[in-house]
Amino acid sequence: MSPTRQVQDPAKRAMLLTALYIAQEQYGHLSEEAIQRVSARLGLSPTEVLSTASFYTLYNRQPSARYRIQVCAGLSCHLCDGAESLERQVRQKLGLAEGQDRTKDGRFSVETVECLAACDTAPNLRINDELFARLSPEATDALLDRLMKE
Amino acid sequence: MFEKVLLRNAGVPGSERIDVYLSRGGYQALPQALARTPAELIDMVKRSGLRGRGGAGFPSGMKWGFMPTDPAITKYVCVNTDEGEPGTFKDRQLVEQDPHQVIEGVIITSYAVGAHRAFVYIRGEFFDGMKRWVKAIADAYERGYLGRDILGSGYGLDLSVHRGAGAYICGEETAMIESLEGKRGQPRKKPPFPAQAGLFGRPTLVHNVETLCNVPHIVQRGPEWYAGIGTPKSTGPKIFCVSGHVNRPGNYELPLGAPLREIIFEHAGGVRGGRAIKAVIPGGSSTPMLTPDQLDTPMDFESLAQAGSMLGTGAVIVIGEGTCMVDVTRRIARFFAHESCGYCAPCRVGTRRLAETLERVETGQGRPGDLDLLAGLCEGIQGRTFCPLGDAAAAPVRRSLELFRGEFEAHIRSAC
Repeated sequence: MSPTRQVQDPAKRAMLLTALYIAQEQYGHLSEEAIQRVSARLGLSPTEVLSTASFYTLYNRQPSARYRIQVCAGLSCHLCDGAESLERQVRQKLGLAEGQDRTKDGRFSVETVECLAACDTAPNLRINDELFARLSPEATDALLDRLMKE
Repeated sequence: MFEKVLLRNAGVPGSERIDVYLSRGGYQALPQALARTPAELIDMVKRSGLRGRGGAGFPSGMKWGFMPTDPAITKYVCVNTDEGEPGTFKDRQLVEQDPHQVIEGVIITSYAVGAHRAFVYIRGEFFDGMKRWVKAIADAYERGYLGRDILGSGYGLDLSVHRGAGAYICGEETAMIESLEGKRGQPRKKPPFPAQAGLFGRPTLVHNVETLCNVPHIVQRGPEWYAGIGTPKSTGPKIFCVSGHVNRPGNYELPLGAPLREIIFEHAGGVRGGRAIKAVIPGGSSTPMLTPDQLDTPMDFESLAQAGSMLGTGAVIVIGEGTCMVDVTRRIARFFAHESCGYCAPCRVGTRRLAETLERVETGQGRPGDLDLLAGLCEGIQGRTFCPLGDAAAAPVRRSLELFRGEFEAHIRSAC
């Protein structure tokens, strides 16, 4: 190992967030191999790549469920019976026990996320890249029923 | 009756398309701007009184004036689409429904400060917004509004979109610059300010989407017309994002200085279920709450500062009677604990402790002395953090404790 630190190319370094998105799409998540490849391509150490990736919430170190459900926990959703109540309903519907955030078949995962900037249509949740708005308990039920049948 | 400026195209079918934008008078300010000198444009924006719409309210013309004028120096413009302040959803609408208005603003602004390269930084969660940005930019290139020699003026500008990856702090301009450079989004020490050394060490101007949308209108209709809207010190139109316990949540564009009462009752349809108002957050969750006796406060920078709060992003969150304020405060504190970037201890530890303590009080596990602990934590955070996130986290908790102390005390005895 050379003791001198590799000089970075700023233009290459600026590609890191994009490269991580591409790697995540190709590998399904940021696996050890994905991190290695990104670091080799951009001339960064794997530690640096991991350090940056871990700062952001949209990069996954673990494989994602087929339906990644992100319940908006923002204040406006919270005031409109969303957030924790919506999360509770989703978890109950999917049969998740306390502390369990993924269904046994690995198809659904549930988590809360911070404000999705859609407070006018509260309560909201996101499934993968799609936003579902104005979710009454009935609408939530119907949405999950549809996905569970697929 | 106030005629909408920034949202005039929003809601029109196909408003995101370049042809619709052109048919409604779009890209007409651009040739007018290119016919002027950059100095003239900077002077126009100064005279308009335009102030940043991203939360800080800094005079835009002055910010432009900080950029070096030497054409030999490479300069950049950044478009902040990292909207994340809870309660705020205006930039998302502007980008999704009228992206060309933003682009026209970016081109004029870049020309005025002598930048030939501009970067859009968009919140990673805004998947639709990103697609809109990409399409709109491609169309603008095709019609000659972007690229080399724009409209035969000899001026050229390249614009590209960069996707964030989930971090509220990247809305802070120096954190956004770090993120654009492919790094962890941690704020930088100021000075040097971005206008001196920003992206890749070059002078950089960062503006919020809503701020940029004002620029074409100022050029086309003149700074005097613009300064005639609003109050003498808070000029122009503002988009107020109204949410929470109201009948018609949504974005409402009104002159700065519009009374809070009018925004809530005339535009957002009043409180759901006809309830009384318990509190209102006037400018996003980092701004201290107002009480029902403050509903006549004009929504402008000065009046809100006088009322002990801030205009922030103009995100009005209405909280109806019967809401547990300990719960509301806990929710706000949790947001900041989650979004603290971890760089400095007062913020990293302080926001965590605030959230934990409030969680405990809210669930009936509160201990005697917890309210003093909360007040002490706020004291230890405010004014002692590396960037404004710490103040943003402490101010609403502190206000809430002052206003609803009885409720907090009751919670320590037993949860509601």
